[in-house]
Amino acid sequence: MNKAFLSGDEAIARGAYEAGVKVAAAYPGTPSTEILETVSQYEEIYSEWSVNEKVALEVALGASMAGVRALYASKHVGVNVAADPLFSAAYIGSRGGLVIVTADDPGLHSSQNEQDNRNYGKSARIPVLSPSDSQEAKDFTILAFDISEMFDVPVIIRITTRIAHSKTVVSLGDRKEVEDKGYIKDVSKNLILPQFAKKRHYSLEERINKLAQFAETTPINTEIEGKDKTIGFISDGVAFQYVREAFPEAGVLKLGMSYPLPEQKIRNFVSKYKKVYIVEENDPFLEHLIKSMGLEVIGKEVIPTVDELSPDIIKQSITGYKTNLLKMDIDIPSRPPALCPGCGHRTVFYVLSRMKTIITGDIGCYTLGALPPLNAMDTCVDMGASITIAHGIDKALQKKDKRKIVGVIGDSTFFHSGITGLIDIVYNKGISTIVILDNSITAMTGHQTHPGVGEDIKGAPAPIIDIKALVHAAGVKHVWDVDAYDYKKVKDALKQATSIDEPSVVIARRPCALYIKLNNGAYVVEKDKCIGCKICVDIGCPAISFDTDTKKAYINEFLCVGCDLCAQVCPVEAIHAKNN
Amino acid sequence: MQKTTNIFIAGVGGQGILKFSDILSEVALLEGLDIKKSEVHGMSQRGGSVTSHVRFGDVVYSPLIEKGKADILVALEQIEAVRHISYLNPQKGVLIYDPLKIPPPDVNTGLRKYPENIDEILKNASNNVIRVEAFKKATELGNYRAQNTIILGIISHFLTFDDKTYEKAIEKVLPKKTIDFNIKAFYSGKELK
Ligand SMILES: Cc1ncc(C[n+]2csc(CCOP(=O)(O)OP(=O)(O)O)c2C)c(N)n1
Ligand code: SF4
Ligand code: SF4
Repeated sequence: MNKAFLSGDEAIARGAYEAGVKVAAAYPGTPSTEILETVSQYEEIYSEWSVNEKVALEVALGASMAGVRALYASKHVGVNVAADPLFSAAYIGSRGGLVIVTADDPGLHSSQNEQDNRNYGKSARIPVLSPSDSQEAKDFTILAFDISEMFDVPVIIRITTRIAHSKTVVSLGDRKEVEDKGYIKDVSKNLILPQFAKKRHYSLEERINKLAQFAETTPINTEIEGKDKTIGFISDGVAFQYVREAFPEAGVLKLGMSYPLPEQKIRNFVSKYKKVYIVEENDPFLEHLIKSMGLEVIGKEVIPTVDELSPDIIKQSITGYKTNLLKMDIDIPSRPPALCPGCGHRTVFYVLSRMKTIITGDIGCYTLGALPPLNAMDTCVDMGASITIAHGIDKALQKKDKRKIVGVIGDSTFFHSGITGLIDIVYNKGISTIVILDNSITAMTGHQTHPGVGEDIKGAPAPIIDIKALVHAAGVKHVWDVDAYDYKKVKDALKQATSIDEPSVVIARRPCALYIKLNNGAYVVEKDKCIGCKICVDIGCPAISFDTDTKKAYINEFLCVGCDLCAQVCPVEAIHAKNN
Repeated sequence: MQKTTNIFIAGVGGQGILKFSDILSEVALLEGLDIKKSEVHGMSQRGGSVTSHVRFGDVVYSPLIEKGKADILVALEQIEAVRHISYLNPQKGVLIYDPLKIPPPDVNTGLRKYPENIDEILKNASNNVIRVEAFKKATELGNYRAQNTIILGIISHFLTFDDKTYEKAIEKVLPKKTIDFNIKAFYSGKELK
């Protein structure tokens, strides 16, 4: 049989392909991004980077209504943005199978929270499948489409970072073409006016009861018989693998389906063991459902809720096991990520760091502008919030605080959910300044295209949505369009923009240096001219270091890409291109 | 049943750790073993600390290596060796490290110094330490990016796989243009031990 070594994300994409999916939509977000990146390589599937997650889910739901199998994928917080259509989709159900992949991030490797999206399954009353490796990620995806069509319901597949970004061996199958069902008008299902919606709610409750029956017999809920009956485990997702690693001999009830639960199966399992532990990452989701069956089990009393689990953490929590580890008595500096050498975002943050401003930030590479030495960000809440938090602060302070309020947002984020906030500012007569950092790509998540780029997900030419025209159309009268590598222009634009008592926008443009592999040749610091003022060091370029012995700055020529910013801020012209 | 081998790789974003662990995984795959590898994408290219867990054997459950269980800990930078030393098996583990120094932001900005005595401490970190100037060697060979394949050559002494398997893995994972160079780097790494 054909085997491949795939990440969970790649395996889900492969599953979608084999299941005959025709439409897939997503907005990027770590750790889910590679799902659509992989899907987009299959010619048989229409795929798109949607403008945001709500849009993506609606596109997928529309495709399902039109009778084809459709896939949605996002990171966990993306589902919050898509929550409105999600709850409607539960009532409406599916015509073509509809599968919603959520990639949660226990441990916050690259997210703002640790929310546990199994909860969405329970609140919206739709089934949740939780694969524990890449093979299951593929198999469960195919099964999810079958369940979706069998029970007329969308299905959630919940993975976590350690599934999404771990690679394991997967056997591949062929694509199974599924016949298109075609579109038919069916308002009793697809148009959820109250009179129809109430009926659909009754039907949803019936559907979820039938799914609970299905859960009793599906082979993805399996029991591994333990030799010793003193201790047993119930687990789902990657936590199951950790349990197997930590207690290879123990009995385990593995729930491939985290919602709804197979009550009889669980009762039967629990009755066989003296002590049963529920091992799950983040929320006591299974635990609460199982305890509400009146069963005596142990969960978060000992297993941590915060952070991701690991085999050692599980062993420690349950047995108190400790092992001697190597330790070194050295105080080592941390190594947070930083804006790349040559990143155009740097100029704006450097200028802002020297102005008296309240800076509301947003999510993207540019959130790194919050870290030292730039320290140029006061808030970061969720995508798009730079603009709206700025507006809220503005309305609360009513100019009683002398500081100007500046919201900083990336181009992809602006399309995602910034434009609505900007319209709100204009409509409600706010006076904030908004900076749009246009690097012509969604950089943070690994460089995906967006509506401002001119390319679609497959790299084919696409219309460019003009940010400047959009800003004008939203009614902003004061707009600056500057080259982000031009320190003086950026500074002047920000000074002027913040001096006006009306909404203003500064668009600072430069393609992402990492994406275009910028290399203009390295710069050098002339030792004799350098006065050790550290101004160039304050721009936070990883290529520039300060030698505390010689009290001079120097540039690492392996890292420098020659953007010229340090040369522009140096007060004594000590920095220039090496080959000059 | 063959015991699971655990290899933990640590370094700095941009050093090519993910490619490195891909090659290593491919070697185990070609040998027909079960394998899991885990890492975190996202910010990895922005100069932060990056790690990869590689595990292979007859059956592998957890994608993560437990602390104190790494058979081999590879560190491509000094500070990163110290940061992840707790993963190394204190009795039997092999530490392979490159004494390369990549200054973190606080050192760059002159807020603090790069800790000085790390290299000395690492040399005696456990019974089995290999210090290898792979970055330097790779630069001499013509491209610092081959730092990883040089270290792969050293790792090969501790595993039971055939050299040809490493060659095949390099051919499969790396871009065509760089294959010959990397195979050369692999063998020169092998000689370093
Ligand atoms: C709701 C939601 N969806 C997706 C993400 C993941 N994510 C964080 S920032 C970002 C986009 C960043 O792109 P852009 O605004 O262009 O900034 P850049 O990284 O290019 O500087 C994405 C997709 C998220 N944090 N929240
Ligand atoms: S990836 Fe691009 S946008 Fe992100 S920090 Fe690097 S240069 Fe800047
Ligand atoms: S020119 Fe200066 S600021 Fe730009 S990458 Fe090189 S060292 Fe960094």
